[in-house]
Amino acid sequence: MCATCGCGTADHDHHHSHDHFGEHSSGGVKIDVEQDILYQNNLLAQRNRGYFEAKNILAINLVSSPGSGKTTLLEKTLLDLKDSMKSCVIEGDQQTSHDADRIHATGTKVVQINTGKGCHLDAHMVLHAVQGMKPENESVLFIENVGNLVCPAMFDLGESERVVVMSVTEGEDKPVKYPDMFHSSTLCIINKTDLLPYVPFNLEKAKEYARQVNPKLEIIEVSCTTGEGLDKWYQWLESKTLAGSAIT
Amino acid sequence: MHELSIVMSIIDIAETHARNASSSAIEEVELDIGELSGVEMASFDFAWQQATKQTLLEGARRQVNRIPGKAVCLDCSASFPIRQLYDPCPVCGNHLLDIVSGKELRVRSLIVV
Ligand SMILES: Nc1nc2c(ncn2[C@@H]2O[C@H](COP(=O)(O)OP(=O)(O)OP(=O)(O)O)[C@@H](O)[C@H]2O)c(=O)[nH]1
Ligand SMILES: [Mg+2]
Ligand SMILES: [Zn+2]
Ligand SMILES: [Zn+2]
Repeated sequence: MCATCGCGTADHDHHHSHDHFGEHSSGGVKIDVEQDILYQNNLLAQRNRGYFEAKNILAINLVSSPGSGKTTLLEKTLLDLKDSMKSCVIEGDQQTSHDADRIHATGTKVVQINTGKGCHLDAHMVLHAVQGMKPENESVLFIENVGNLVCPAMFDLGESERVVVMSVTEGEDKPVKYPDMFHSSTLCIINKTDLLPYVPFNLEKAKEYARQVNPKLEIIEVSCTTGEGLDKWYQWLESKTLAGSAIT
Repeated sequence: MHELSIVMSIIDIAETHARNASSSAIEEVELDIGELSGVEMASFDFAWQQATKQTLLEGARRQVNRIPGKAVCLDCSASFPIRQLYDPCPVCGNHLLDIVSGKELRVRSLIVV
């Protein structure tokens, strides 16, 4: 049983005795429940958000399909901003610690969460990871979610910003195929622009689709390989840290 | 398959309420699942079959209210049904919308004995 969040229910006992009632048995009592199904997650997400706000931590939830370049973007960012930004990372993967090892190699504090069969991080996992990591005040916490554009969309982690990464090797219609994710994000990074000459990707069309799903979505094009456009991403990060306090 | 997490949460909520009412069985559960909620019903059914085994919801009747999507245009204030988050306003073509229904994901009620 976890003292902070009251968890332990994860392992609840499912061995009640079972009386089976006929399909049409009557005389039941109606209970009005009226409870949001994601209530528990949203509650813990709010708790995380409160913690981040109190400590002036910019928490960024990075989401994408597998392989769009989340870890590469983080590696670049952590190295480029090493001297100007305090940061730490939570890595969510179904298996392995490969991504966490890559982050560790940049000299950044990192916690790995293996979700096993789970295809998304939830607020509860992040709560425990944060407890273990104790991020500093005025820092940036990057959370790399499991590569999946569907499930992570529903689970608020308490992040300050949700950043969706797509790459030019994916179809330009990603935003309309996975509208929930693009709808709930504040920034879209279009990565691997160095490959534009070699792949049939219509950049303008991609942006148009993204804006149809979410007219407020900001869009930044980058190539993690050549570094092109990364300055805009760094400016965006700086603008999001309260009064630039996490980046000096 | 976030549908599995959704089903697990429903089981949690239902069992907690049933226990608080000192009931030992749930006959029926009523759910609101909006059409824009991101729940894929085929996956949901599959997860339901698996996850409710040996819980109070095993064998319970499931009543699902699918709530259609509705939006209000933030530009011209028109109110209209939407099927997708990227549907434009049918009056002015704008995409800046406020979604007023269809996102519901809620346990409405239980019938317990
Ligand atoms: N050409 C090119 N390749 C890139 C770029 N960014 C990342 N890659 C490559 O894309 C592949 C996947 O990158 P990752 O950073 O591991 O992607 P990810 O989103 O973290 O993947 P998962 O964690 O598995 O979801 C790697 O081989 C990278 O080297 C880029 O800007 N240009
Ligand atoms: Mg990765
Ligand atoms: Zn899932
Ligand atoms: Zn309109």
